[in-house]
Amino acid sequence: MSNLELKNVKAERFQTTDKKSVKSYISKFGSLLGLLLLCIALTFASSHFLTLKNIMNIARQSAINSLISVGMLLTILTAGIDLSVGSVLALSTCIMGVAVVKWGINPILAMLMCIAIGAFLGFLNGVMLTKLKLPHPFISTLGMKNIARGLALIVTAASPISGFPKAIQYIGAGFIGPVPVSFILVIIVFVLFSIFLNRTAQGRYIYAVGGNLEASKLSGINVEKTLILVYTLCGLMASVGGLVLTGRVNAAFPLAGLDYDLDAIAACIIGGASFMGGSGTVWGTLIGAMIMAVLRNGLNLLGVSADLQTVAIGAVIIAAVYVDVLRRQAEKKAKTQTV
Amino acid sequence: MQPFLELKGVSKVFPGVRALDNINLEILPGEVHGLVGENGAGKSTLIKILTGAYKNDAGKIYIEGKEAQINGPRDAMKYGITAIYQELNTIKGLSVAENVFLGREIKQNGDRGLLNIKEMRKKSHELLKGLGQDIDTKQDVALLGIGQQQMVEIAKALSIKTKLLIMDEPTSSLTGREVKELLRTVRELKSRGIAVIYISHRLEEVMEICDRVTVMRDGMKITTLPIEKVTVDELIKLMVGRNLEQQFPKIKVEIGEEALRVENLTRKGTFENISFNVKKGEIIGIAGLVGAGRTEVARAIFGADEIDSGEIYIENKKVNIKSPKDAMNLGIAFLTEDRKGQGLVLDNTIDFNVHIASYKKSSNGLLLNLKKLKETTRENIKKLNINPPIENFVARQLSGGNQQKVVIAKWLNTNARIFIVDEPTRGIDVGAKVEVYNILNNLIKDGAAVIMISSELPEILGMSDRVYVMHEGRITAEIDRAHATQENIMLAATGGN
Repeated sequence: MSNLELKNVKAERFQTTDKKSVKSYISKFGSLLGLLLLCIALTFASSHFLTLKNIMNIARQSAINSLISVGMLLTILTAGIDLSVGSVLALSTCIMGVAVVKWGINPILAMLMCIAIGAFLGFLNGVMLTKLKLPHPFISTLGMKNIARGLALIVTAASPISGFPKAIQYIGAGFIGPVPVSFILVIIVFVLFSIFLNRTAQGRYIYAVGGNLEASKLSGINVEKTLILVYTLCGLMASVGGLVLTGRVNAAFPLAGLDYDLDAIAACIIGGASFMGGSGTVWGTLIGAMIMAVLRNGLNLLGVSADLQTVAIGAVIIAAVYVDVLRRQAEKKAKTQTV
Repeated sequence: MQPFLELKGVSKVFPGVRALDNINLEILPGEVHGLVGENGAGKSTLIKILTGAYKNDAGKIYIEGKEAQINGPRDAMKYGITAIYQELNTIKGLSVAENVFLGREIKQNGDRGLLNIKEMRKKSHELLKGLGQDIDTKQDVALLGIGQQQMVEIAKALSIKTKLLIMDEPTSSLTGREVKELLRTVRELKSRGIAVIYISHRLEEVMEICDRVTVMRDGMKITTLPIEKVTVDELIKLMVGRNLEQQFPKIKVEIGEEALRVENLTRKGTFENISFNVKKGEIIGIAGLVGAGRTEVARAIFGADEIDSGEIYIENKKVNIKSPKDAMNLGIAFLTEDRKGQGLVLDNTIDFNVHIASYKKSSNGLLLNLKKLKETTRENIKKLNINPPIENFVARQLSGGNQQKVVIAKWLNTNARIFIVDEPTRGIDVGAKVEVYNILNNLIKDGAAVIMISSELPEILGMSDRVYVMHEGRITAEIDRAHATQENIMLAATGGN
C-alpha cells in the first residue's frame, strides 16, 4: 500500500466517526429511536395509547424508576452497582412514616430526613467499598440490601404506615395542570444531574474513574471521594423515589421497592450505559426508564397479563444490549477492514 | 534443506504506522534464529502474525513448503508454532501437570470422563526430565521460580509437538544461573530438530546461542546474517541505522536553579538511599535494567506509593507529598510507562483525556467552561500535531504515538514545571519519537525540568544532560553527558564496577 492510499484510508475512516454522519446519530440516539418505534406501534395497536391522559399516566408511572435510575447510573458509570436501592427506599420512607404519622413531625422536615437517611445509607455503601476495601460493590450493597430491608420491617413492626399529610402526598399524587408533579420533579432532577455530570469537574471525574481507575488516580483525582459521592447520591435518589412512591399510595410499607434495584439497572442498560464503566448518559437512562414504562403501559392496554409483561421486559433488556453488541462489532469490523 | 517457515512479502499496517513492510524470512528446522531490533522495529508484530493474533495485510506465509493461513492461535498450534513471552502464561493455582496439559487434558477413557491426573503427571514429568528439569509436577506453578515456570511452558510446547518455538525476551527476568540453564535447553531443542526464533535485546546472548540473526528496523528487514559474520557492534549499527544527531534532536539551553532534589529516598524492598537532583532547563536520564526500581522511585516522588524515609525538596524547600494530587499542586507531572493502563481513559475522547488532570483548574466557580476546554483541546492538537485532529476522536483508536501525545497534552494542561517521563517513546514509531523529543526540548526551553526514565540506551545518551544509573534499587552511577557511553552505563546498570 502506498502512502497516498494510506492517507485515503485514513480519510475514509475519519468520516465514519465524524459527528455529522447518520450512523453516529443512530448509535447516539438508538434508544430514542427504539422508544419512538415502540410508541408508534402502540398507537396503532391501541386507540387508548396516544391520549393526553395516558401519556401523563406513563409520565407518572415512570417517575419512580427514573429517579432511582439516575442514581444507579452514577454507580454503573464507575463500573459499580447498587443492589440496595429498593431496601434503602423502604427504610428511608418507613422511618419518615413513623416520624410523621406516629410522632407528628413537620412533613417538610420529615421529607428532608427521609432524603438524609437515603444519602447516609448510600454513604455507608461507599465507605464499605473504599475504606473497608470490600472487593466489589455487589457485596457491600448486597449486605446493605438485607440490612436496610430488615430494619424497615423492624421499624414498622412489619405493617404499612398510612395517613400522610397533604404535603407529602402532593409529591407523588399532585398535578400541575395535566402534568404530574412527580414528572416535573424527574425533569428537574435529570437536568441537574446532566449539568453535574457534564459541566462540573467532579462529574467528569465519575466518567474518568469508571473509564480507568489507575489513570484517574495518577491524574490526581480523588478516587475514594468520588466513589463515596456516587453511592451517596445513589442512596439519596433512592429515597427521593421513595418520597414519590409514598406520596402516590399515601403509605410507607416495609416491603416497598422489592424489584426496584433491578428495574433501575435495566433502565440504565437499555439506555446505553456500559457495565464496564465510563460510558452512559443521563438522557439515555431517562429513555431507558421511559421504554420500560411505555412497554408496561402498552401491554396493560392490550390486556397482557402482568406475568407475561415481566417476560417482555426481560426480553427487551436482552435485545437492547444485544443490539448494542452488534453495533460495536459492526464498528470494529468496519474499522479493521479499512485499516 | 527445506525451510520450516518462509515469509514472502509480509506486510502489516496500523493506523498511522507501517508496522511491517515487505518482510522476507526463512527459518530452517533445528536452527536458532536471532531476531533483533529496537523497540518498535516490528518484532512483536511479526510474532503476532506468526501466532495468529494479527492477520497480515499482504504477503504469504509458507510452512514446510505449503502456503499457510494462520487465522488464530489454534491454527498456529496446528502448524506447530508456539510462542513463549516475557510475561509468562502459566496459570497460578494450577499444578505443573495441569499447566502442561491445559486445554488438552488427558482423560480416563478417550475424550470423555474424568481427568487422568496420574498420566498427566507422568507425561509432564517425562517432558521436563528431557529438559533436565526435576520438578514435582504436583505442585502449584506459583511456587516455582520464573526460570522453572519457563521450563513448564517449554514442556507444554513440546507436548503439542511444536516445530517452531518463538522466545520473546526469554531471559529478561532470569538470574544468571537460570539464563545458562535456558540456553542449555535451547540447544537441547535444537538437537531435536526444533526451530527457535530467539528475540532478545541482550546481544551477547544472541551471539552465543544463534546460528543466524535477522536485524529489523522501522518495520523492515535490514538483513539476515550467519552469526559468525557479525559482531555485537555491527549489530547495534544495523539496528540503529542512523546517527544519533538525526535520531535525537538534542538542544542545549541555559541550566537554571535546582528544580527538584531527593535525598536518601527509601522504600523498603524496592529502592534504597536514592539521591539525585534536576535543574531547570535540564533533562536527566535515569537508566537501568527493567526491575531496577526506576518506575518505583518515580511513583514515590509523585505520591502514588509511600516512602519509608528520605526527603523531597522542590526549589530547595522541603515538601511533603502524600498523593498524586499533592505532587500536582507542587507542579509535578508523571507520564507513566503504561499509557493504556495508567495514562488514558481509552474509550473516551481526546477532549476528555487531555483535561482529566486539570478539570478542577478549568472551572469558573462551579461549572466548567466547555467552550474554553474545547479551545484548549484544539490548541493541544495543533501544538502537538495530534492526528487525526478531531477533538471527539476516541483515544483507543489512535496510534501509539498519538496516544502518547494525548497523555503529554494532559500534563501540559496542568502547567507542571517538573516532568517525570517514564519510557516516553515506548512502542511508538520513529517519527513520533522525534516529535516526543522535540516536546521535551520545548519544555526545557521554557525552563521546566525533565526526569526521563528509559530502557533505551541510545535515547538516554541522545537526550540527557546528565545520566543516573540504577541497579537493584540503588543509584550506581552519575555520569554527565560528555562522559556517558553505552559501556559505562551498561556496566553500572548490571552492577559491575
